Amino acid sequence: MLRFVSFLVFLATWWIAALFVGDAKLPAPPAVLKVMLAEAQSGALFVNLGATLARVALAFALAMSVGAAIGYLMGRVRLADRLGDPWLILLLNLPALVVIVLAYIWAGLTEVAAIAAIAINKLPTAVVTLREGTRALDRSLDEMATVFAIPPGKAFRHVVLPQLAPYIAAAARSGLSLVWKIVLVAELLGRPNGVGFEIGVAFQLFDIPLLLAYSLTFAAVVLVIETVLVQPFEMRVSRWRPRAA
Amino acid sequence: MQLEVDIVSKCFENAAGKRHDVLSGIRFSLAAGEVGVFVGPSGCGKSTMLKILAGLDQDYRGHVARPAQARLGMVFQEPRLLPWRSVEDNVRLAAPDADEAKLAALFTVLELTAHRNYFPGELSLGLARRVALARAFAIQPDFLILDEPLASLDEALAARLREEIVTLVGGRSMITLLVTHNLDDAVRLGDRVFLLSARPARILTETHIDLPRSRRGDSEIASIKAGIARRTIGERAARDAS
Repeated sequence: MLRFVSFLVFLATWWIAALFVGDAKLPAPPAVLKVMLAEAQSGALFVNLGATLARVALAFALAMSVGAAIGYLMGRVRLADRLGDPWLILLLNLPALVVIVLAYIWAGLTEVAAIAAIAINKLPTAVVTLREGTRALDRSLDEMATVFAIPPGKAFRHVVLPQLAPYIAAAARSGLSLVWKIVLVAELLGRPNGVGFEIGVAFQLFDIPLLLAYSLTFAAVVLVIETVLVQPFEMRVSRWRPRAA
Repeated sequence: MQLEVDIVSKCFENAAGKRHDVLSGIRFSLAAGEVGVFVGPSGCGKSTMLKILAGLDQDYRGHVARPAQARLGMVFQEPRLLPWRSVEDNVRLAAPDADEAKLAALFTVLELTAHRNYFPGELSLGLARRVALARAFAIQPDFLILDEPLASLDEALAARLREEIVTLVGGRSMITLLVTHNLDDAVRLGDRVFLLSARPARILTETHIDLPRSRRGDSEIASIKAGIARRTIGERAARDAS
């Protein structure tokens, strides 16, 4: 309910601002909605959204799994931490644009280049978060698992993984928002479809209703995924924790 | 089945690089069915010794021969339960083969039946200790280590838990090793009581208690304690003289 009110306030603010600024710079909600419906009817909206979502899903899955594995290793093994740390600092501070441009130059304007570039941008944050999580593992519980001869696989699943779950959730949350941001840049620079490509076209034609139509649909999809997938996952992994007041 | 321990020394290096001797000269053996109790001042190295005996610490001088393929059960000083698993699941994770009837009996002895589905965060320390005890007994150990299982519980609760430990230990022939700083607990629970010195810990005296646990009344306990005290003073005097 509160969410709906907040949405209405957003719409009202937009509409009033549109009245002041004028259609040329900020079209009113109905104009944008019209474009949205037209794009949806032609199917272009879904094709582009689908392409973007597929890239997000692939890059996110790739970065999360590789990043979590590297982070766990660096948290557990001192040598891996020493070796990996300079690379991690480099990757953390490398601008997304550099990675994307280099990927396109080296691997061509291909899907592989785009997804790899997005994944590489997200990778270091996942590594850092999981490394912290691994360092914070409770040694006394490891000892308990050793004493009771719990098999390694079972101990990882039931003793280690639950301790890492909040860190995985945090990495997923911050990583997803990073991927949402970067995927559009990658599309704008070197893909023939996707929300980023359409926004690039709209920018060149100065077609603001089209630009807003795609941006808002994209934002809506992000919101739905966050509330339907990410938040319930976070709730689930932390259900044993006492609730905050 | 026998536990043979001969720890010559164990030292730690602290953050400043200084070496500290923690253990020096711990030598004893325990047979199945025996309860060995170690009594010593706080911080004398009792937990370090238990870690070595449990196989968690290999970095010491000496030799420990644990019975081959003995199932080890341990109750740590803190309960060390998994907070994301219920009481029952905590026990079942360590003892996947435990059958329902045995588990139910164990929960009954430890008065945990009503708390099976609680999470450890919802338990008091006394209850969490009981869960840790249930976990250690559920695997039907051949070698049981108890690290201060009665510490920081009030007297009434400690007495009740002590009775429960007596019941459980009596129900199974195994090597039991218990560590405490309370001589009273030691004399009530042990077949053999080892008195440890302050750091670096070594065994000062060893006392056999032949009287069965069930027949140890308050007067017997007092006289055994007095005997141990006399021997300790005697040994100290002998050492001072030499």
